[in-house]
Parts: sequence; structure tokens; C-alpha cells
Amino acid sequence: MRNAWIICRKELRSYFVSPIAYVLLALWAFIFGYFFWVELGGFLRYSMQVAMRGEMYPMNLNEQIIRPLLQNVAVIGLFFMPMITMRLFAEEKRSGTIELLATSPIRDWEIIVGKWMAAMSLYGCMLLFTVVHFLFLFKYGNPDWKPVVIAYAGLLLEAGVMLAVGEFISSVTKNQIIAGAATFGVLILLWVLGWVSSYESATWATVMSYMSLTTHSESFMRGVIDSKDAIYYVTLIFLGLFFTARSMDSLRWRA
Amino acid sequence: MINVKELTKRYARTTAVDHISFEVPKGQIVGFLGPNGAGKTTTMRMLTCFMPPTSGAATVAGFDVLDKPLEVKKRIGYLPETPPLYPEMETGEYLRFVGKLKGLSGAELKQRVDYVCERCSIVDVKNKLLGKLSKGYRQRVGLAQAIIHNPDVLILDEPTAGLDPKQINETRDLIKSLAGSHTIILSTHILPEVEQTCEQVIIINKGKLVATDSVRNLQARARGAESVVLEVAGRNGNLESGTVKEKLERVTGVSRVLCKQQIDSRAVFEIESQKGRLVRGDLARAVVESGWDLNELWPSAMSLEEVFLQLTGNEKAEAVAAKGGE
Repeated sequence: MRNAWIICRKELRSYFVSPIAYVLLALWAFIFGYFFWVELGGFLRYSMQVAMRGEMYPMNLNEQIIRPLLQNVAVIGLFFMPMITMRLFAEEKRSGTIELLATSPIRDWEIIVGKWMAAMSLYGCMLLFTVVHFLFLFKYGNPDWKPVVIAYAGLLLEAGVMLAVGEFISSVTKNQIIAGAATFGVLILLWVLGWVSSYESATWATVMSYMSLTTHSESFMRGVIDSKDAIYYVTLIFLGLFFTARSMDSLRWRA
Repeated sequence: MINVKELTKRYARTTAVDHISFEVPKGQIVGFLGPNGAGKTTTMRMLTCFMPPTSGAATVAGFDVLDKPLEVKKRIGYLPETPPLYPEMETGEYLRFVGKLKGLSGAELKQRVDYVCERCSIVDVKNKLLGKLSKGYRQRVGLAQAIIHNPDVLILDEPTAGLDPKQINETRDLIKSLAGSHTIILSTHILPEVEQTCEQVIIINKGKLVATDSVRNLQARARGAESVVLEVAGRNGNLESGTVKEKLERVTGVSRVLCKQQIDSRAVFEIESQKGRLVRGDLARAVVESGWDLNELWPSAMSLEEVFLQLTGNEKAEAVAAKGGE
């Protein structure tokens, strides 16, 4: 585990020494800020209308601001994941530094988990930017914090899958652009796989819907921990990292 | 220290390394010699556990590369063809990172980083970004990285490639000074490098072992024994090279005389002696007694280059022929 930590720190450093982290974080903060501003504006306008009409319609920060915003976070995140993972292995393979890692006395899984942890940490930093906005809601309003925490846990799990998939794809190519584009394509597919169940109810459609990332995020977004969904995410994370390990192994055999 | 038996690596269509066997005793510097694409890098990659052999076995410091890769990796320092540097890291930081990867920590890590910086003369670039270093410095940082954990075995893939002559000399001296406490394999296609740095040579060509011996033995083996070049001049402006040749051939111990060139009354001969015979004195006497001038006489040891070309010669000739046919 110590070795995984060394790799993780090195990866984080290269994110933050190069402009990668700052560009991603700045873009993210800007985009999320815009979403927050729009949602909040809509909410205020709506509450004003309700008050003017003298209705006692229940207003809810959790339901009307936080939940839709966090669902948006998941969608914007989808676009950011490939940019976080595309360089993980592709860059090492191109520059030859993979030879250093592969001939050092550390295990493959330590390299893989270290890199994945670094990617997760960067995503965690991005999520922190969103937390800052919600703190204002907590200061001036009175939302329930428990569903928010659960929704964040769901976001992290979902990101864990996407980053593991991205890491795997990065490990099969030397080219960062290919890694990024392929990751984006695969993630979009995983995202929309469930849409078919809206008109089709055959078994294959149910299976496809079950495989989709979005199907399993709903419970978390509602503030409910469903063990079935948590297991789905954890399994896929392991699967992604496992495939990465196999891909690293195959590098050695083919090289 | 290093034991290689029938090591073979096959790729999809080609056999990069074909049943190679050799041994490297502790503390020696061994030159791994061969033309480009001979299989040097592949062999080194198998020794460093970067890739597994298709068949055959290799042990490093008593550990098998297939069964105990972690133990092997702990004992090996490896400098690949292109130094594995992260351009966004500073030199000192990079060395600390590699040190940690190799299992160093705390005061020992700090001390080793200082030591290798001193040893590889990279102290002045310790706080520079690796991406901004010149080729020579990059190579030296690569070397520093390889020795940071004081490994028993050093495997260096073309350590002097791309350096200027002064840097090449410095790097060679550094490598030589590391021998004794480390067992070193270095690959190269530059022959003088092997002559100057290595005690033993392993020559491979097209994946096959061509020769493995000490540098001196190889030189001696390629040709009989002593080889001498001498220049003779006629006194009164004319010289029959045929007569001189005859005279020289009659000197006892001489096995072959070759007239290399003649300009006016001066002629250069190359003479080979039989094994174990010293003929220089007799040659000089024969020339002078016959009334000619002896302008020059020097022993010409056969360079490794010639040995190498001789050993891998057929391939070269074929390659030239193929090129000519195009």
C-alpha cells in the first residue's frame, strides 16, 4: 500500500505541476457556478410567485436545488473524466517511463490503484468546488444534509467506475487522444444504455438498463443507499482495475 | 551474479533472442555488443523483468526472473535506452521518487540522493526541471536513477548514446569506477567503448550469441599473434617492393607479408608473425642489412572493430549486397 501511495502522490503532483489540474478545476468551477446561479435564480423567482399568489406550496431546497444540481454534476463529470484519465498510462508508455515503473520492485496493482486514487483525488477536488456553493444554502436556508452526503457518495462511486474504465483504456494505447476519445465514447454508451428500457421491456432491455451507470445513480440522488446499486459500482470499479492489470500484463508478454 | 541459460524471446513473427547462454561473474563489467536490432535491448528487458522470456531461464543474484521478479528488481538498477524521466519533475525530486519506489526512506533516502548527485555530477541541476535538461544531463540523471538503491547489478542500455566526446569519457570513467562493487552489463554498438570499459564481451547478432570472451582473448583469437606494420625506403630513389617482400618473408617466424602501398621509393608492409613469435627485431635487422632505410615500425593490434566485423561479417556482406541490388 505504501507503494500505491507513492505512485498516487507522484500522479497528483504531475496533475498539479502541469496546467492540467488548474484548467480542469477552473472550467469546472465556472460551469458549475453557472448551473448554480441558474438553479438558484429559478428557485427564487418561483418562490416569489408562490408568495405573491399567497399559496402555501411547500418549497424544498433539497428537492428543487441540490438534487437537480448534483444530477448535473454527474453529467458534466462525464465530460471531464476522459481528460483526467487519458494520460495515466498512455503518457508513461509514450515517454518510456513505464520501464522505470515496471522494473521497480513494486507490484502492478500498486501502480494501478495508485493512479486510480490520484484520479479520484482530482475528482474529489472538483467536488469540493461544488460543496462551497451548497454551504451558502446551508447558511441561509435549512436543507437536510443527510441526502446530500449520500448523493455525494453516489457521485464518488459513479466517478470511480468512470475513472477505472478510463484508466483501462489509457493502458491499451500510447496515444492520449485515442485514450481520451475512446474513454468518452465508452462512458457515453454506459450512460445511455438504460434509455432503451423506456419503450422496451424485454429481458435484454432490462439487462442493458441494469448495466447503465445512470440507472444506479437514481437511488443515491434521492438520498437512499441501495446496496444493490453500491455493489454494482464497486464491482465495476474492481472490474475496470482488473482489466487494467491484465492489460499491463499483456504489455509484458507482447511488448 | 547473472546466469542466462538458453534464453529465447519470440515475437509474433520474429525471434528477437535465440537461445542465448552466458554468465557474468560478480564485480565485472561486461559489454553487450551487437549491431542495431541484434536483440540487446530485448535481452536486457528480460533480465530486468520488464518482459518474460518465451523459453529458457535467467537468474540474477540467484533469483529467477520469472519466479521471483520482485527480488530481482530490488537488486537491479536499469537505465533504458531513453532515460525514463518525468519532464515535469525536478532532478532531486525525481531521484527521491525513484528512491522511494526502490524501497528507500528517511535519512537513508536523503543520503543516497546526495551521494548519487555527487557521483554523477548533477548537483548543479538538482533544482532544475528534467524537461529542461540537456541530453548529457538527462543521461546522467538516468544513471543516477539506476544506482540510487545501490543495486548489485547494473544494466545499462547504451549509456553513452547521444553524448559528446567529453561526456562519453566522463560517463565511461563513472561506469568503470562503479565496477567491483556492482556487476555491470552495458550494451553498445560502439566498439571502442567496449575496448575501453569492459573486461568481457558478449557479441550477439540477429538474436544469436556469436562470441563471449575477454576483450584481449577476442583480439588475439581473431588473428595469429603479433602483427606489425613497417615502412621501408630505398636509398637511391628506387625500391623493388617484390624483393623486399621476399626478404621479409625469409625472416624466421614471419607467416605472412602484405605490401599495403608503395609511393615512389617508399613501401608499407603489413606483417603477421606466427603464434608466440616476436619478430620485430629480426625484421628491422633484415631491412637495414639489405641496405634499405627503415622509416617506421609499429605493432598493430587488431581492433575489436575488425574482430566484430569478422564475426558478424557474413551478415554485413549480405546486407551490402541486398542494398546494392535495390
